[in-house]
Amino acid sequence: MAVKDKSDAGKSTKGVSRRSLLKAGAAVAGAAIGTDAVTGFPTIWAQEIKDIELRHVGVSYSVVKAIGDQAAKDLGFKVTMQNLDTSAAINRFITQPNSVDIADLEGWQAKLAAKRGVIQGISAKKIKEFDNFLPIFTKGELDGHKIPRQGISPYEALYIEKPDSTDLHDGVTEWLTNVPQVYNADSIGYRPDLVGHTVTQWKDLIDPKFKGKAAILDVPAIGIMDAALCFESAGLIKYGNKGNMTKKEIDFTCDKLIELKKAGQFRATWTTFDQSVQLMAAGEVVIQSMWSPAVAAVRVKQVPCVYAPVNFKDGKEGYRGWCNGMGLMKHLTGKKLDAAYEYMNWYMSGWQGAFVSRYGYYSPVPSTAKKFMTPAEYTFWYEGKPAPEPVTDPYGVPMEAAGTVRDGGSFVERVTNISCWNTLMDESAYMNKRWNDFKVA
Amino acid sequence: MRVSRSTISWLYVSPLMFVLIPFFVLPILVVLVASVFETDGFGGLIPTFTLANYATVLTSGLTFNLYLATVKFTVLTWFFTLLLGFFVAYFLVFHVRNPLLAIGLFLICTVPFWTSNIIRMISWIPLLGKEGLINSALLRIGLIREPLEFLLYSGFAVVVAYVHQLTIFMIVPIFNSMARIDKRVVEAAIDAGASRFDIMRLIIVPLSKSGIALGSIFVASIVMGDFFVTKVMSGGGSASVVSAFYEDISVLQYPGAAASAIVLTVVLLAMVALILRTVDIRKEITR
Repeated sequence: MAVKDKSDAGKSTKGVSRRSLLKAGAAVAGAAIGTDAVTGFPTIWAQEIKDIELRHVGVSYSVVKAIGDQAAKDLGFKVTMQNLDTSAAINRFITQPNSVDIADLEGWQAKLAAKRGVIQGISAKKIKEFDNFLPIFTKGELDGHKIPRQGISPYEALYIEKPDSTDLHDGVTEWLTNVPQVYNADSIGYRPDLVGHTVTQWKDLIDPKFKGKAAILDVPAIGIMDAALCFESAGLIKYGNKGNMTKKEIDFTCDKLIELKKAGQFRATWTTFDQSVQLMAAGEVVIQSMWSPAVAAVRVKQVPCVYAPVNFKDGKEGYRGWCNGMGLMKHLTGKKLDAAYEYMNWYMSGWQGAFVSRYGYYSPVPSTAKKFMTPAEYTFWYEGKPAPEPVTDPYGVPMEAAGTVRDGGSFVERVTNISCWNTLMDESAYMNKRWNDFKVA
Repeated sequence: MRVSRSTISWLYVSPLMFVLIPFFVLPILVVLVASVFETDGFGGLIPTFTLANYATVLTSGLTFNLYLATVKFTVLTWFFTLLLGFFVAYFLVFHVRNPLLAIGLFLICTVPFWTSNIIRMISWIPLLGKEGLINSALLRIGLIREPLEFLLYSGFAVVVAYVHQLTIFMIVPIFNSMARIDKRVVEAAIDAGASRFDIMRLIIVPLSKSGIALGSIFVASIVMGDFFVTKVMSGGGSASVVSAFYEDISVLQYPGAAASAIVLTVVLLAMVALILRTVDIRKEITR
C-alpha cells in the first residue's frame, strides 16, 4: 500500500506524534503479553484488549476494511468492519442495536438513533482532536460563512443536551451523537466529450438534449434532493427547504419526475456506487447525478468523465452534502467503551483522514490528515491546485497525472457551496409513496 | 410399550413443524401484528389496533400500479418459462431414446444453477447494453444504425433475466411428470391413428398437469416476491410490490410495509389455491 508514513515528520515538529505513541503503545501491548508487566499507555490494558472486538457497521464508502485493519494494527484490539446499504444499516441499528458497537451514522440517522435511544452521548472532552475539528461540524460555519441547514446538516445532528437525551440540541453542548469522520459534496458527473460544454448547473441533467442519456440517483430521500436541485436550477420552482419539503413541493417534484420519465429523459436510475460507474463507463448515460470517487473510478477505466462544479449562482445550484460519523451504541460499557473511544480518537489522528482524502472525500480534521499525506497530495486534494506529481488512490493505483486540477476546486470552495444535506424529511412516508409512483410510472 | 397412533402421526409431522413454526408461522405473526400497529415516524411501533395501514394500501392507486407491473412480469415470465420448460422436458422424455443420455442432458440443464442468481443476471448487462455485444454486432453488420435501447434497462431485460433464472423450475417438475407417462399409451394412440397434435393435446398435456402446476407455483411466487431483478434489469425504471415496501422499510415505515407484505401473502396464497383447485397435485403425484 502506497501510504506514506509521516510519523517521523510529526515527531520532529511536535515532539511525540500521536502515531508514534500508538506504535509504542502497540509495542508495549505486545511485550506485555506473557509478562503481565504493563506500564503507562494506553488506558486499556494489554492482556484484555486482545479480547476486545469492535464491530463498526455502516455503508461501504464510509466503513472501509483497510481502515479497520490499520486501526486494529495500531490499537492492538480486533476491529470488524461490516457493510450494509444505508437502509439496511439504519434498520439494523434500530432493531438489533446489540449486534453493533460503532454505528456509522449520517446526520439523519443520528437523529433517529438518538430518538430511539440506541446510542449513547459521546463526551466531547474525551475526543482529543475535538478542538481541531473544522467549525463546519462544531459550529455550523466555515471562515465566517454560515453552512446552510437545508436537510440535516452535520452541525445540526451533532449535539444532544445530556448523554441520554433523545432529541437533538440546537447549540453547542458537551455531548455528541456521533463523531464525524468522512464527508463530501455530491453533484453531477458527465462525459465532457459527449456533452460538449462545461456543466456548472443542475438543469443540464434534465435538458431534453440528453434525452435517454441521463440518470438520477434512486435513493428516495436524497434522489429527490438531486431532482429538486435540477428543478430549482431550471427556474421551475423555489423550495422553502429542499431538505424538508412540504407535501405540495413533493407533489410538484415527483409529478415533474414522472413527466420527465414518460418523455424518456432517464436511461436508468442507480442505487449503488458501482451501478453509477457502470452506467457512465458503458456509455449508457452521458450525464447523471454522481459521487466524486465514482467519477474518478470512471476515469481509471480510461473513459473521460468530469465532476461538475455546481457553485452557487443567483441563489440556485450548490452541492448536496453528506457526512458520516461514528456513534456509540448504548450497550457499550467498561473496557469496550474505552476501546471505542480509543478507536474514535485513532480515526481523528490522521491516518484515516489521509486515506479517505485519497479517494476524494474529506476529513473533519484536515490538520491531522495532512501529516499523513505528501505535500503534493494535500495540494491536489485540499488546495485545488495542479498536482505537482502523479496522484494515486488509497491503494496505490495511479489516478491522475501531474498537473491535473481537482474538479470543483479547493476544499473551501466546495464545502462553502453546499446547499443542502442528506436527510429524512418529516413527510418521508408521503415522499416515499410519491417516489414509488415515479418508479412504477 | 405401545405408542398410540396419534403420537406416531405427530412424530411424523414434527420435523416439518420444527421448520415451519419458527421460520414461517412466527415471523408472519410478527408481521401481522406489526401491520395493525401505528408508527411514530421514527421506527417506533405504537401498539394499538388500527386498520388504517390496510386502508392506505388497499385504496392507493400506487398499489394498483405496482400489482399491475408485478403481474405483467409474472405472466410474461410464466408464459415463456412454461413454453421453454415444457418443450425442453418433452424433448428429453420423448425424443431422447437413451434414458442415460436423457438424464445426462437433464443434468446439463441444471449447470447454470452452479453460479449465483445475481451473477447470471448481471452477466446480461454487458451483452444487452448500448455498447454491448448484441448492439455492437448488429451495428457492425449494418442491420441497425442506432443502438437498440430497449434491450437493457427495460421490461424486456427484466423478462429475459427472469426467464433465464426460472426456466429450470418449469423443466424439473414437468420432466418428472412426463417421465411417468406410460409410453405404451402414446403408442396405442399412434396405432389408433391419433395425430401428433392430438397426442400432445389429449395425452401429454393432461398427464403433465401436475408438473405444469408445480412449476407455475414456483415461477409465479418467485417473481411476485422478488424485487432485485426488476430493480437492476429495468435500471430502476420499474418497480414491484416488494421493492415498494422495501423502500418503506428504508424510511422505517414498518406498519405500512407489514400491511403490504400481508396483502401480498394473501394474494399469493389465493393464486396458489387457484392453481391447486385446477390441478389436484396430491392425486396426480401419488397416482
